[in-house]
Amino acid sequence: MARRRASTLPGMMRGAALAALASALALGACATTGTASAASDDDDDEAPRFAAMTEADGPFASTYQRYPGRPTALVNATIFDGAGGMIEGGTVLFRDGEVVAVGTALSTDGYDVIDASGKYVTPGIIDIHSHLGDYPSPSVDAHADGNEATSPTTPEVWAEHSVWPQDPGFSRALANGGITALQILPGSANLMGGRSVTLKNVPARTVQGMKFPGAPYGFKMACGENPKRVYGNRGRMPSTRMGNFALNRQTWYDAIDYGNSEDPDRDLAKETLVGVLEGDILVHNHCYRADEMALVMDMAKEVGYRVTAFHHAVEAYKIGDLLRENEVCSAIWADWYGFKMEAYDGILENAAYLQREGACVVIHSDDQNDIQRLNQEAAKAQAAGRRAGIEISDATTIQWITLNAAKAMGIDEMTGSLEAGKMADVVLWNGDPLSVYSRPEKVWVDGALLFDMMDRSRRPVSDFELGQPGEGDVK
Amino acid sequence: MRSVLTAGLLGAASALVIASSPLAAQDVVITNATIAIGDGTEPIENGTVVIRGGTVVAAGAGVATPADVPAMDAGGAWVTPGLFATVSTLGIWDVSAVSESNDQRAGGSPFSAALDTAPIVNPNSQHILIGRSAGVTRAAAATLPSASIFGGQGAIIDLDGDATPVMREKAFQMVVLGEAGGRIAGGSRAAAFALFHAALREAAALGAGMPRTPEIAQDGEVMLSRFDAEALRSVVSGEQKLYVWVERASDIRSVLALREEFANLDLVLVGASEGWMVAGDIASAGVPVIADSLDDLPSSFEQLAATQSNIGRMVDAGVKVAINSAGLNHSHRLSQYAGNLVALNKVPGASGLSWGEAFAAISSVPASISGYDGSAGVLAPGAVGDVVVWDGDPLEVTSVPTQVYIGGVEQSLDSHQSRLRERYRDLDESMLPKAYDW
Repeated sequence: MARRRASTLPGMMRGAALAALASALALGACATTGTASAASDDDDDEAPRFAAMTEADGPFASTYQRYPGRPTALVNATIFDGAGGMIEGGTVLFRDGEVVAVGTALSTDGYDVIDASGKYVTPGIIDIHSHLGDYPSPSVDAHADGNEATSPTTPEVWAEHSVWPQDPGFSRALANGGITALQILPGSANLMGGRSVTLKNVPARTVQGMKFPGAPYGFKMACGENPKRVYGNRGRMPSTRMGNFALNRQTWYDAIDYGNSEDPDRDLAKETLVGVLEGDILVHNHCYRADEMALVMDMAKEVGYRVTAFHHAVEAYKIGDLLRENEVCSAIWADWYGFKMEAYDGILENAAYLQREGACVVIHSDDQNDIQRLNQEAAKAQAAGRRAGIEISDATTIQWITLNAAKAMGIDEMTGSLEAGKMADVVLWNGDPLSVYSRPEKVWVDGALLFDMMDRSRRPVSDFELGQPGEGDVK
Repeated sequence: MRSVLTAGLLGAASALVIASSPLAAQDVVITNATIAIGDGTEPIENGTVVIRGGTVVAAGAGVATPADVPAMDAGGAWVTPGLFATVSTLGIWDVSAVSESNDQRAGGSPFSAALDTAPIVNPNSQHILIGRSAGVTRAAAATLPSASIFGGQGAIIDLDGDATPVMREKAFQMVVLGEAGGRIAGGSRAAAFALFHAALREAAALGAGMPRTPEIAQDGEVMLSRFDAEALRSVVSGEQKLYVWVERASDIRSVLALREEFANLDLVLVGASEGWMVAGDIASAGVPVIADSLDDLPSSFEQLAATQSNIGRMVDAGVKVAINSAGLNHSHRLSQYAGNLVALNKVPGASGLSWGEAFAAISSVPASISGYDGSAGVLAPGAVGDVVVWDGDPLEVTSVPTQVYIGGVEQSLDSHQSRLRERYRDLDESMLPKAYDW
């Protein structure tokens, strides 16, 4: 009894406190935007009494700040720079969060020197397609926050509002996969699933503490079986692929009208769609079949946006020429096939055949396990190419999971390759990263050592795992 | 190749040899090979393999080559026994999300333990062809628990694509306890264990000729019919292995304790993510494990302690462990999963496997658990003549087989995937559409 009372009372108090906090926050926001809008709107005598922040004000801003790091020199390393370059016996210098220099015969004065003889250095690995945080572990119903499957078009939802920063999957991706940045997407139940968010793979108490500063938003769309199945089964549109397109096109027309309106009422969904039309928000389109991707690229031309990347794209190899001409990346698995009708034609040579056509290749995971081994997935795809007579260098293969991903996420000016001035997102591998026998030995994010295989105190443990079996174990 | 259908008869090495078809089998001699025997030993340089009449005659260093068979010089290439996939669903589905083509689960059926995989295996399944091209030559295939906690009776199959894929029908029964079992049985582990006990007692009673309850049902769904109870008689007697799918350490202990009531149970644990926590108990019970290799996330509350070191720690404790092939996105991930365990040896605090142990965990160990100890998944005299020649280290993600023999018969490595690969070597349609390129 006593326990029940004790838990009830604070609950009520907590509710009251939250309400008070909410109103304080609302006032705060009002004051901020009110001031801004009054200052910029000289002709207008009357500032509106209430005004939410606008997109330009950057709501839910990143609070991430890099952690302290030591000036570090990795010497005698085999370096894949992420941009297609390879240096043997090379040196990577980084300090104050940035790459200082990459090359040979560099002075290491003032740096902590790590001998990387026999080891390899790459930029931090980047996964362009993850659901960590919005489908976290443990994967219980209470955690299923990745699909707002109540309407086939939900451009108004933002994946960051579903991300649980305590997902233990982030730490596995860091420790086993060398992942330093990743895009968290809404699921594919909807034609328009909502905004994605790009994160630094840094443990944080809030999602804002993980948000990649300066990264553009992405917009998740989905073709094919999923939307028509989810909504067709409920007796509503879309129940066919033609229904998918009709609903998409009408939604775009409405967004165009909204964008052309002088002073429309704010509409969260259409703000995102207009952001896409303006080119500020990058479209990431889940799509498997070649014929369907071709139709989507024409729809994009019809209504005036660009598809940045097709995700999954198991049949991309059938239209490598079209994808190159339209400058659309394919973010793909190395070997997934057969789990659904539209994945029936998956082949191991997908990446290599795209590379042969000069189209953009990104290897993605879409999976809390495969994100721990993107390097191995890339190696598989490279090897399949070699067997088919298409030689792809190791350095280019690493580019598939570094710079190419960064480009398609719009963060390539900041990360994705080891170049002076870029973020010091760096992985030291204990062997060739394209071998099954190699593991990340050390991972730096913005020059801060956040994982060290040799030092268990540099192994992140999420709140969820504390006091539970396996806490802090090697994973 | 069809072996004698010997439900419940274990130690079938001799049956296998007799049943191999010597007419189709070639005599194969491979020299100058890097040979993995598959028994847990490390690879042998410059070795020789001799297969005659579909059966391994000898393999290793210093093996004499028979004068009457032309030898194939492997040029140092890796040569191994065929991989053995357990537990798999090979041959019982085409596209998992296309329910018409997918026989893995029978959620609407009044039968559970009585379900039999053997008659539904399709040797022409793409997954069998693709599995073969990844070096898998034999497998345990089984329907999965769905309508009740019992999944049905799995079969041991070969992947040679002929008319008789089943080597042994009704080789094992599958039951799920733990979270999934609890949900099926009505919402609690207690319900799953109660149903399990009731089912086995019913089966035992049937054995004595005294059926008690005609069926156990819940909301109109049959949890155990008379036919299911009949199917469980060979489980109670220990003639048929019982694969128990559990993850949590405490559930594993409870499963091991089942033998206090049912002394003859021939148990195999499947899953066992937290097996490392009770590895000593599993080892002293002498129960083998088919474990997921790389699970390291608390994906459920019964897998909180999951770690990639699970298998290594269990092996160190003396448990016989095979790498589970369930849920692979592609058959060649079986060797990838094994290779990753070798990589763990360099991680302080982790427990990996040696190369030889890792390879055995996808060849001789799963064969042994399946009832083919020393007669499959291993290049030992008298074993089935399944030989794979690789273009590199078989556990490396970049390697694939270049030749696969099953029972001494060289196999095609073609499939839907290889045909697509050939068609799309270029995108040239200047003369005719791609549809004419075949």
